[in-house]
Amino acid sequence: MKSAVILFPGSNREQDAARAIREASGRAPAIVWHADPKLPPGTDLVVLPGGFSYGDYLRCGAIAARSPIMRAVARHAERGGLVLGICNGFQILCEAGLLPGVLMRNASRRFVCKMQHLRVENATTPFTRGYAEGQVVKFAIAHGEGNFEADDATLEAIEGAGQVAFRYCDAAGRVDQAANPNGAEHNIAGVFNRRFNVLGLMPHPENLIDPLVGGIDGRPLFAALAA
Amino acid sequence: MRPVKARVVVTLKGGVLDPQGKAIEGALKSLSIDGVTAVRQGKVFDIEIEGDDRDGARKTLSEACERLLANTIVENYTIEIA
Repeated sequence: MKSAVILFPGSNREQDAARAIREASGRAPAIVWHADPKLPPGTDLVVLPGGFSYGDYLRCGAIAARSPIMRAVARHAERGGLVLGICNGFQILCEAGLLPGVLMRNASRRFVCKMQHLRVENATTPFTRGYAEGQVVKFAIAHGEGNFEADDATLEAIEGAGQVAFRYCDAAGRVDQAANPNGAEHNIAGVFNRRFNVLGLMPHPENLIDPLVGGIDGRPLFAALAA
Repeated sequence: MRPVKARVVVTLKGGVLDPQGKAIEGALKSLSIDGVTAVRQGKVFDIEIEGDDRDGARKTLSEACERLLANTIVENYTIEIA
Protein backbone atom coordinates (compact mmCIF):
# COMPACT_ATOMS: atom_id res chain seq x y z
CA MET A 1 0.00 0.00 0.00
CA LYS A 2 1.29 3.41 -0.96
CA SER A 3 0.11 6.13 1.33
CA ALA A 4 0.48 9.85 1.86
CA VAL A 5 -0.02 11.87 5.03
CA ILE A 6 -0.87 15.51 4.33
CA LEU A 7 0.90 18.12 6.42
CA PHE A 8 -0.93 21.42 6.96
CA PRO A 9 0.43 24.37 8.93
CA GLY A 10 -0.71 23.44 12.43
CA SER A 11 -1.04 19.68 11.95
CA ASN A 12 0.47 17.90 14.94
CA ARG A 13 -0.48 14.23 14.66
CA GLU A 14 1.17 13.49 11.33
CA GLN A 15 4.01 11.47 12.87
CA ASP A 16 1.53 9.37 14.86
CA ALA A 17 -0.42 8.64 11.68
CA ALA A 18 2.80 7.89 9.78
CA ARG A 19 3.95 5.48 12.48
CA ALA A 20 0.63 3.61 12.54
CA ILE A 21 0.75 3.21 8.75
CA ARG A 22 4.42 2.17 8.77
CA GLU A 23 3.88 -0.45 11.44
CA ALA A 24 0.83 -1.88 9.69
CA SER A 25 2.16 -1.85 6.14
CA GLY A 26 5.93 -2.03 6.54
CA ARG A 27 6.17 1.05 4.38
CA ALA A 28 6.53 4.64 5.48
CA PRO A 29 4.00 7.05 3.96
CA ALA A 30 5.03 10.11 2.01
CA ILE A 31 4.57 13.29 4.02
CA VAL A 32 3.01 15.74 1.55
CA TRP A 33 2.96 19.52 2.12
CA HIS A 34 -0.45 21.17 1.75
CA ALA A 35 0.77 23.56 -0.94
CA ASP A 36 1.72 20.70 -3.29
CA PRO A 37 -0.80 20.49 -6.10
CA LYS A 38 -0.35 16.74 -6.59
CA LEU A 39 -0.24 13.50 -4.63
CA PRO A 40 2.71 11.16 -5.25
CA PRO A 41 1.89 8.93 -8.27
CA GLY A 42 0.23 5.66 -7.29
CA THR A 43 -1.03 6.83 -3.91
CA ASP A 44 -3.64 4.37 -2.56
CA LEU A 45 -4.43 5.98 0.79
CA VAL A 46 -4.44 9.63 1.84
CA VAL A 47 -4.49 10.47 5.55
CA LEU A 48 -5.40 13.91 6.87
CA PRO A 49 -3.95 13.96 10.39
CA GLY A 50 -5.11 15.63 13.57
CA GLY A 51 -3.99 18.99 14.85
CA PHE A 52 -5.08 22.59 14.57
CA SER A 53 -4.54 23.54 10.94
CA TYR A 54 -4.30 27.31 10.59
CA GLY A 55 -4.97 27.63 14.32
CA ASP A 56 -8.64 26.81 13.67
CA TYR A 57 -9.00 30.27 12.08
CA LEU A 58 -12.42 31.04 10.54
CA ARG A 59 -13.78 27.54 11.33
CA CYS A 60 -11.95 24.32 12.17
CA GLY A 61 -10.52 22.91 8.95
CA ALA A 62 -11.99 25.67 6.78
CA ILE A 63 -8.74 27.13 5.47
CA ALA A 64 -6.99 23.78 5.09
CA ALA A 65 -9.97 22.48 3.09
CA ARG A 66 -9.25 25.13 0.42
CA SER A 67 -5.52 24.37 0.10
CA PRO A 68 -4.03 23.24 -3.23
CA ILE A 69 -3.51 19.60 -2.17
CA MET A 70 -7.20 19.24 -1.35
CA ARG A 71 -8.12 19.50 -5.03
CA ALA A 72 -5.85 16.50 -5.62
CA VAL A 73 -7.39 14.71 -2.62
CA ALA A 74 -10.89 15.32 -4.04
CA ARG A 75 -9.83 13.88 -7.41
CA HIS A 76 -8.27 10.90 -5.62
CA ALA A 77 -11.58 10.30 -3.79
CA GLU A 78 -13.54 10.67 -7.05
CA ARG A 79 -11.37 7.94 -8.56
CA GLY A 80 -12.31 5.70 -5.64
CA GLY A 81 -9.03 6.21 -3.74
CA LEU A 82 -9.11 5.87 0.04
CA VAL A 83 -9.10 8.95 2.28
CA LEU A 84 -8.94 8.86 6.09
CA GLY A 85 -9.40 12.04 8.13
CA ILE A 86 -8.70 11.93 11.85
CA CYS A 87 -9.88 14.67 14.22
CA ASN A 88 -8.86 17.91 12.46
CA GLY A 89 -8.65 15.76 9.31
CA PHE A 90 -12.35 14.91 9.77
CA GLN A 91 -13.15 18.61 10.15
CA ILE A 92 -11.21 19.34 6.95
CA LEU A 93 -13.09 16.63 5.01
CA CYS A 94 -16.46 18.07 6.12
CA GLU A 95 -15.36 21.58 5.21
CA ALA A 96 -14.15 20.31 1.82
CA GLY A 97 -17.56 18.74 1.14
CA LEU A 98 -16.06 15.25 0.92
CA LEU A 99 -18.10 14.18 3.95
CA PRO A 100 -21.58 15.26 5.09
CA GLY A 101 -22.20 17.45 8.12
CA VAL A 102 -20.04 19.76 10.16
CA LEU A 103 -18.13 19.58 13.47
CA MET A 104 -19.28 22.22 15.95
CA ARG A 105 -18.01 23.35 19.33
CA ASN A 106 -18.50 20.66 22.01
CA ALA A 107 -21.85 21.16 23.69
CA SER A 108 -20.09 21.14 27.09
CA ARG A 109 -17.86 24.04 25.91
CA ARG A 110 -14.93 21.97 27.16
CA PHE A 111 -12.00 20.50 25.37
CA VAL A 112 -12.24 16.76 26.00
CA CYS A 113 -9.09 14.65 26.25
CA LYS A 114 -9.68 11.10 27.45
CA MET A 115 -10.17 7.49 26.47
CA GLN A 116 -13.55 6.86 24.87
CA HIS A 117 -15.46 3.72 23.97
CA LEU A 118 -16.90 3.48 20.49
CA ARG A 119 -19.25 1.02 18.86
CA VAL A 120 -18.38 -0.16 15.37
CA GLU A 121 -21.51 0.42 13.29
CA ASN A 122 -20.44 -0.79 9.87
CA ALA A 123 -17.69 -3.39 9.54
CA THR A 124 -17.99 -3.99 5.81
CA THR A 125 -15.77 -1.18 4.56
CA PRO A 126 -12.05 -1.08 3.62
CA PHE A 127 -11.44 0.85 6.87
CA THR A 128 -13.48 -1.19 9.35
CA ARG A 129 -13.41 -4.78 8.06
CA GLY A 130 -10.89 -5.69 10.78
CA TYR A 131 -13.63 -5.20 13.35
CA ALA A 132 -16.97 -6.91 13.93
CA GLU A 133 -20.23 -5.01 13.68
CA GLY A 134 -21.28 -3.96 17.18
CA GLN A 135 -17.77 -4.44 18.57
CA VAL A 136 -16.84 -1.99 21.32
CA VAL A 137 -13.38 -0.45 20.97
CA LYS A 138 -11.48 2.10 23.00
CA PHE A 139 -9.76 5.01 21.27
CA ALA A 140 -8.41 8.30 22.58
CA ILE A 141 -10.30 11.53 21.92
CA ALA A 142 -8.81 15.03 22.17
CA HIS A 143 -10.90 17.82 20.69
CA GLY A 144 -12.82 20.99 21.41
CA GLU A 145 -14.98 20.85 18.30
CA GLY A 146 -16.23 17.35 17.69
CA ASN A 147 -19.94 17.94 17.95
CA PHE A 148 -21.19 16.39 14.70
CA GLU A 149 -24.18 18.23 13.29
CA ALA A 150 -26.20 17.76 10.13
CA ASP A 151 -29.75 18.58 9.13
CA ASP A 152 -32.46 15.97 9.63
CA ALA A 153 -32.58 14.94 5.98
CA THR A 154 -28.82 14.39 5.93
CA LEU A 155 -28.90 12.43 9.18
CA GLU A 156 -31.67 10.24 7.84
CA ALA A 157 -29.74 9.66 4.63
CA ILE A 158 -26.47 8.72 6.31
CA GLU A 159 -28.22 6.47 8.83
CA GLY A 160 -30.22 4.79 6.07
CA ALA A 161 -27.17 4.17 3.91
CA GLY A 162 -25.04 2.76 6.75
CA GLN A 163 -22.63 5.67 6.58
CA VAL A 164 -22.16 5.87 10.34
CA ALA A 165 -18.80 4.23 11.08
CA PHE A 166 -18.51 4.63 14.85
CA ARG A 167 -20.76 5.86 17.66
CA TYR A 168 -19.75 7.04 21.12
CA CYS A 169 -20.84 4.49 23.73
CA ASP A 170 -19.98 3.21 27.20
CA ALA A 171 -17.88 0.14 28.03
CA ALA A 172 -20.94 -2.08 27.64
CA GLY A 173 -21.72 -0.67 24.19
CA ARG A 174 -24.69 1.41 25.30
CA VAL A 175 -25.16 4.43 23.05
CA ASP A 176 -26.77 7.22 25.08
CA GLN A 177 -26.28 10.83 26.10
CA ALA A 178 -24.25 9.83 29.16
CA ALA A 179 -21.69 8.30 26.80
CA ASN A 180 -21.68 11.25 24.40
CA PRO A 181 -18.58 13.40 25.04
CA ASN A 182 -19.41 16.35 22.79
CA GLY A 183 -23.12 16.48 21.96
CA ALA A 184 -22.77 14.88 18.51
CA GLU A 185 -26.06 14.05 16.79
CA HIS A 186 -26.91 10.35 17.15
CA ASN A 187 -23.58 9.94 19.08
CA ILE A 188 -21.80 9.94 15.71
CA ALA A 189 -18.02 9.68 16.11
CA GLY A 190 -17.18 8.85 12.50
CA VAL A 191 -18.87 8.84 9.09
CA PHE A 192 -18.22 7.49 5.61
CA ASN A 193 -19.05 9.14 2.33
CA ARG A 194 -21.67 7.51 0.14
CA ARG A 195 -19.11 5.32 -1.63
CA PHE A 196 -17.38 4.22 1.60
CA ASN A 197 -13.94 5.22 0.34
CA VAL A 198 -13.71 8.30 2.59
CA LEU A 199 -13.84 8.04 6.39
CA GLY A 200 -13.66 10.84 8.93
CA LEU A 201 -13.61 10.30 12.68
CA MET A 202 -12.91 12.43 15.73
CA PRO A 203 -11.18 9.72 17.83
CA HIS A 204 -7.53 8.78 17.30
CA PRO A 205 -7.02 5.15 16.21
CA GLU A 206 -3.41 5.99 15.34
CA ASN A 207 -2.65 6.46 19.04
CA LEU A 208 -3.90 2.98 19.97
CA ILE A 209 -1.41 0.73 18.21
CA ASP A 210 0.96 -0.08 21.06
CA PRO A 211 0.11 -1.72 24.41
CA LEU A 212 2.70 0.53 26.00
CA VAL A 213 0.48 3.57 25.48
CA GLY A 214 -2.91 2.24 26.45
CA GLY A 215 -4.14 -0.34 23.98
CA ILE A 216 -4.14 -1.67 20.45
CA ASP A 217 -7.75 -1.19 19.36
CA GLY A 218 -6.61 1.09 16.54
CA ARG A 219 -4.48 -1.57 14.90
CA PRO A 220 -7.25 -3.40 12.99
CA LEU A 221 -8.11 -0.19 11.12
CA PHE A 222 -4.58 0.26 9.80
CA ALA A 223 -4.11 -3.49 9.28
CA ALA A 224 -7.25 -3.58 7.11
CA LEU A 225 -6.01 -0.65 5.03
CA ALA A 226 -2.58 -2.25 4.61
CA ALA A 227 -3.89 -5.69 3.69
CA MET B 1 -10.61 54.82 -7.94
CA ARG B 2 -11.90 53.98 -4.49
CA PRO B 3 -12.69 50.33 -3.82
CA VAL B 4 -16.18 49.12 -3.00
CA LYS B 5 -16.39 48.67 0.76
CA ALA B 6 -18.55 45.91 2.08
CA ARG B 7 -19.41 44.21 5.31
CA VAL B 8 -20.27 40.52 5.46
CA VAL B 9 -22.04 39.25 8.57
CA VAL B 10 -22.10 35.52 9.24
CA THR B 11 -24.46 34.19 11.89
CA LEU B 12 -25.44 30.74 13.12
CA LYS B 13 -28.76 29.51 11.81
CA GLY B 14 -31.60 29.37 14.31
CA GLY B 15 -31.65 26.15 16.32
CA VAL B 16 -27.93 25.54 15.96
CA LEU B 17 -26.38 25.22 19.41
CA ASP B 18 -24.02 28.13 20.15
CA PRO B 19 -21.91 27.26 23.21
CA GLN B 20 -19.84 30.43 22.81
CA GLY B 21 -22.96 32.60 22.85
CA LYS B 22 -24.13 30.74 25.96
CA ALA B 23 -20.78 31.34 27.70
CA ILE B 24 -20.93 35.05 26.86
CA GLU B 25 -24.50 35.21 28.12
CA GLY B 26 -23.32 33.67 31.39
CA ALA B 27 -20.46 36.16 31.67
CA LEU B 28 -22.86 39.08 31.13
CA LYS B 29 -25.00 37.73 33.97
CA SER B 30 -21.95 37.53 36.24
CA LEU B 31 -21.24 41.20 35.42
CA SER B 32 -24.77 41.97 36.60
CA ILE B 33 -25.69 43.26 33.16
CA ASP B 34 -29.35 42.51 33.58
CA GLY B 35 -32.13 41.78 31.17
CA VAL B 36 -30.08 39.83 28.62
CA THR B 37 -32.12 36.82 27.58
CA ALA B 38 -30.07 35.45 24.69
CA VAL B 39 -26.67 35.89 23.02
CA ARG B 40 -25.69 34.43 19.66
CA GLN B 41 -22.13 34.99 18.47
CA GLY B 42 -21.37 35.66 14.82
CA LYS B 43 -18.58 36.99 12.63
CA VAL B 44 -18.06 40.25 10.76
CA PHE B 45 -15.79 40.65 7.72
CA ASP B 46 -14.96 44.09 6.34
CA ILE B 47 -13.92 43.58 2.76
CA GLU B 48 -12.75 45.91 0.00
CA ILE B 49 -13.24 45.05 -3.65
CA GLU B 50 -11.43 46.82 -6.44
CA GLY B 51 -13.38 48.92 -8.95
CA ASP B 52 -16.73 50.65 -8.49
CA ASP B 53 -19.04 47.92 -9.74
CA ARG B 54 -21.35 47.37 -6.79
CA ASP B 55 -23.38 44.60 -8.45
CA GLY B 56 -20.20 42.86 -9.44
CA ALA B 57 -18.87 43.24 -5.91
CA ARG B 58 -22.04 41.71 -4.51
CA LYS B 59 -21.65 38.74 -6.84
CA THR B 60 -18.01 38.30 -5.83
CA LEU B 61 -18.94 38.44 -2.15
CA SER B 62 -21.76 35.93 -2.59
CA GLU B 63 -19.26 33.54 -4.07
CA ALA B 64 -16.82 34.26 -1.24
CA CYS B 65 -19.54 33.49 1.30
CA GLU B 66 -20.70 30.31 -0.39
CA ARG B 67 -17.20 28.97 -0.90
CA LEU B 68 -15.40 30.08 2.24
CA LEU B 69 -16.73 32.72 4.61
CA ALA B 70 -19.82 30.80 5.72
CA ASN B 71 -20.51 27.12 6.19
CA THR B 72 -24.04 27.17 4.85
CA ILE B 73 -24.90 23.91 6.61
CA VAL B 74 -25.07 25.83 9.89
CA GLU B 75 -24.56 29.52 9.03
CA ASN B 76 -26.39 32.33 7.25
CA TYR B 77 -24.73 35.38 5.76
CA THR B 78 -25.71 38.90 4.78
CA ILE B 79 -23.80 41.30 2.55
CA GLU B 80 -23.96 45.05 3.10
CA ILE B 81 -22.34 47.34 0.55
CA ALA B 82 -21.47 50.83 1.78
